[in-house]
Amino acid sequence: MPQQISVFAENKPGKIERISGILGSNGINMRAITISDSGDYGIIKILVDKPADGCNALKAEGIAATLKDIVAIRIDDSPGGLHKASAVLASNGINVEDAYGFTVRQSGNEAVFVFQVKDVRKTEQILQGAGFSVLGDKELYLL
Amino acid sequence: MFWNKDIETLDRKALEGLQFKKLSKALGDAASTPFYKKMFGEKGVSVEKIRSLEHLKDLPFTSKADLRLSYPDGMVCVPRSEIVRLHASSGTTGKSTVIFYTAQDIADWADLLARSMMATGATRDDVLQNMMGYGLFTGGLGLHYGAERLGCMVIPSSSGNSLKQIQLMQDFHTTVIHITPSYALHLADVVAEQGIRPPDIGVKKAYLGAEPYSEETRNKIQDQWGLDAYNSYGLSEMNGPGVAFECEHRTGMHLWEDFYIMEIINPDTGERLPDGEEGELVLTHINREAMPIIRYRTRDLTRILPETCPCGRVHRRIERIKGRTDDMLIVGGVNVFPSQIESVLMRIPEVGNNYQIVLDRKENLDRLHIRVELYSKMFQGDMEGINALKKKLVEELRALITVNPRIELLEPGSLPPSTGKAVRVIDNRKI
Repeated sequence: MPQQISVFAENKPGKIERISGILGSNGINMRAITISDSGDYGIIKILVDKPADGCNALKAEGIAATLKDIVAIRIDDSPGGLHKASAVLASNGINVEDAYGFTVRQSGNEAVFVFQVKDVRKTEQILQGAGFSVLGDKELYLL
Repeated sequence: MFWNKDIETLDRKALEGLQFKKLSKALGDAASTPFYKKMFGEKGVSVEKIRSLEHLKDLPFTSKADLRLSYPDGMVCVPRSEIVRLHASSGTTGKSTVIFYTAQDIADWADLLARSMMATGATRDDVLQNMMGYGLFTGGLGLHYGAERLGCMVIPSSSGNSLKQIQLMQDFHTTVIHITPSYALHLADVVAEQGIRPPDIGVKKAYLGAEPYSEETRNKIQDQWGLDAYNSYGLSEMNGPGVAFECEHRTGMHLWEDFYIMEIINPDTGERLPDGEEGELVLTHINREAMPIIRYRTRDLTRILPETCPCGRVHRRIERIKGRTDDMLIVGGVNVFPSQIESVLMRIPEVGNNYQIVLDRKENLDRLHIRVELYSKMFQGDMEGINALKKKLVEELRALITVNPRIELLEPGSLPPSTGKAVRVIDNRKI
């Protein structure tokens, strides 16, 4: 099951600079990053090629970081591509808590949709049953 | 104007005679309580040896910590059936300091406040709007009973809700307000925002208490409202408001010496200081049936004004309170100890051991900010958890200190470490 790094950060200048610096100097490559903010503080979520190493590197610098399970599926990079997947989630009553998507380098019309849900395993099974390609951790990190 | 001219203008010698008589009774009562029985026993004190007021200085002090040790009722000297009320104030940790009153104590307290109010020139024709908190806090109910005793009409509006306060003042022609100085400043601004000149409201007197303030602030309140502001001093351990009050001359607060014996001590050595010198006020309650308290260390800094007051009262005056000898904070009139805040933070594992208390005054209202670090190991990775933690901190703190704090969650390592002399309290208020 793939994971992303979740970091607690105050809403102040220089926070991404510090985090990206630590990851970069530890040879961790970032695939995607999102920030949700709530006034004084926010949570930064980062998809990297080596999540456990990245998380440990951040913690070693005193940063509040942890790993969170995610679901990642391949979708078509064409109109209606995300809709097909979200229709399956909706009809199964699965609430998407936090999500983002990105396209894949050098691939014709492929994109990846990454999101958090309460029950990762169940969601993966439902999507697989509906014919979606669910990415395993190794697969996702090495995209 | 005198409420009780005989007592208020009694000559010094007679007043001291009365004090000694009441002290002897108070000491006898105290010695019958579990707390003082033990304390006097351990310190080898025998109350029979106190044969003059001068000997009072040989007795041990009572501290706020002692009141906590005696929780809930180890200092009470009457049967439970005689008690008609209790009040409580913040203790230094979780436990409150509780004070008990008999029906006679409540009546005497009301009488003392009627005396205080009349010394300011108030009469039964006045309308008092009491904007101090009602409840466990003594400020609200204490003055309420005193004003009724004097015969005023009381509007028990309690604290907060400015627009309602203004409406009540206008509709019922309030002439006297009992209010914290910071709220008096704030309320004047709210009145002005309504397009009303504060003096047009018609309030003649303000009784200011529950928090320290400067002479400049008094002048500002008087100018803004067009009223006379009187300084009031009290603490729940000594009943509440009405321990000392300014008369019409407004030059220091007459401390009612037929109820209290005052001493000024050096807070470091405990030695008694002569009149006129600044030090910590120590009070002995000699007029309470339910709960005598001997040589209570108020932690308030002031001095006795030795000159006689032109009003003719023999009860000596104390100067406005200069500060505290401990770390107690007064936030919007509410007493808060940093140790109370710490006790809450320490039982919540999601936050680290470092914290900072920041006090600001915005629009003349006190704001309490508590800055805490998130403990890395407890971070769950989602906003839900962080928001829930913040809510839990606010709720647990509010339950203990009754002030609504603003929580600032910081990254680990943001605050100075707890070892050494970390600055825990940053008070940006100007009083």
